[in-house]
Amino acid sequence: MFKANVTVHYKQGILDPQGKAVHHALQSLGIQGADEVRVGKHIVMTFPDLSKKEADEATKKACDKILSNPVIEDYDYELVEEKS
Amino acid sequence: MKFGVVVFPGSNCDHDVYHVIRHVMEESVVYLWHKDTDLQNVDAVILPGGFSYGDYLRAGAIARFSPIMQEVVNFANDGGLVLGICNGFQVLTEVGLLPGALTSNDHTRFVCKTVHLRTENVDTPFTSEYEQGQVIALPVAHAEGRYYADTETLNLLHQENRIIFRYSDPDGNLTEESNPNGSLKNIAGICNKEGNVLGMMPHPERACENILGLTDGLAMFHSLIDNRVMA
Repeated sequence: MFKANVTVHYKQGILDPQGKAVHHALQSLGIQGADEVRVGKHIVMTFPDLSKKEADEATKKACDKILSNPVIEDYDYELVEEKS
Repeated sequence: MKFGVVVFPGSNCDHDVYHVIRHVMEESVVYLWHKDTDLQNVDAVILPGGFSYGDYLRAGAIARFSPIMQEVVNFANDGGLVLGICNGFQVLTEVGLLPGALTSNDHTRFVCKTVHLRTENVDTPFTSEYEQGQVIALPVAHAEGRYYADTETLNLLHQENRIIFRYSDPDGNLTEESNPNGSLKNIAGICNKEGNVLGMMPHPERACENILGLTDGLAMFHSLIDNRVMA
């Protein structure tokens, strides 16, 4: 069984208001050192019956078609094999 | 003139639009259920405000895949009039009928208030009853209304006169303070290249009756109806 861990986030250069708010909160907490915070989404898909190649194609298609909006977002993902 | 108002699960301005067309404008109107594939020979389609599919993933991201939307895209590509208001605008960008995207307001909060808009182009079927440069007051109510597009797209919209409304102060100045969400170039509404598809964040349907305090939305419905009579 393959599991796809997908991360979707704003493209660099696009204002991330949530990330900015969290960054302010870090500073209020006294957590130093982070020059930027960006908030994204984590999406997990499991494919019980697909081969690695098929799972990879399905994940890429899902990312391009619906999970991300290419105008404002980038994505990355990793496929992990799990014992079913 | 016959209007169709699309109803997605989570639409909440569909009844407002229906009310204005039927009871204020006294024109014909039908609801178009998101699972339907028949536009019932309407002359114009309105995608109303709300939270289609709970705005899961992104506002409009899932609504664009509903069966009715394929018909709306075909209708628009054949020159049919399509107006997307608020969530409807978000759906139009997600489905690719309008360029760019609408994302979280720069201040991260839901904004619900009356704003002023400068009318930038009256040479459209949606705005012919406004005056060029006219400042109008309409309500906004959204959390994801910040218009974004890359520089190339913004230049194209400008060159082709496709920015229809911009947030302004009451005197028509495009100030940062009058921009309720951080939209690039104070953009509140744009149209497609052909001019038959308009998307806008503010709500004209909530500004059509004296009892509600605002009436600047009326001219948009008059424009649509007059345009139909002339066509």
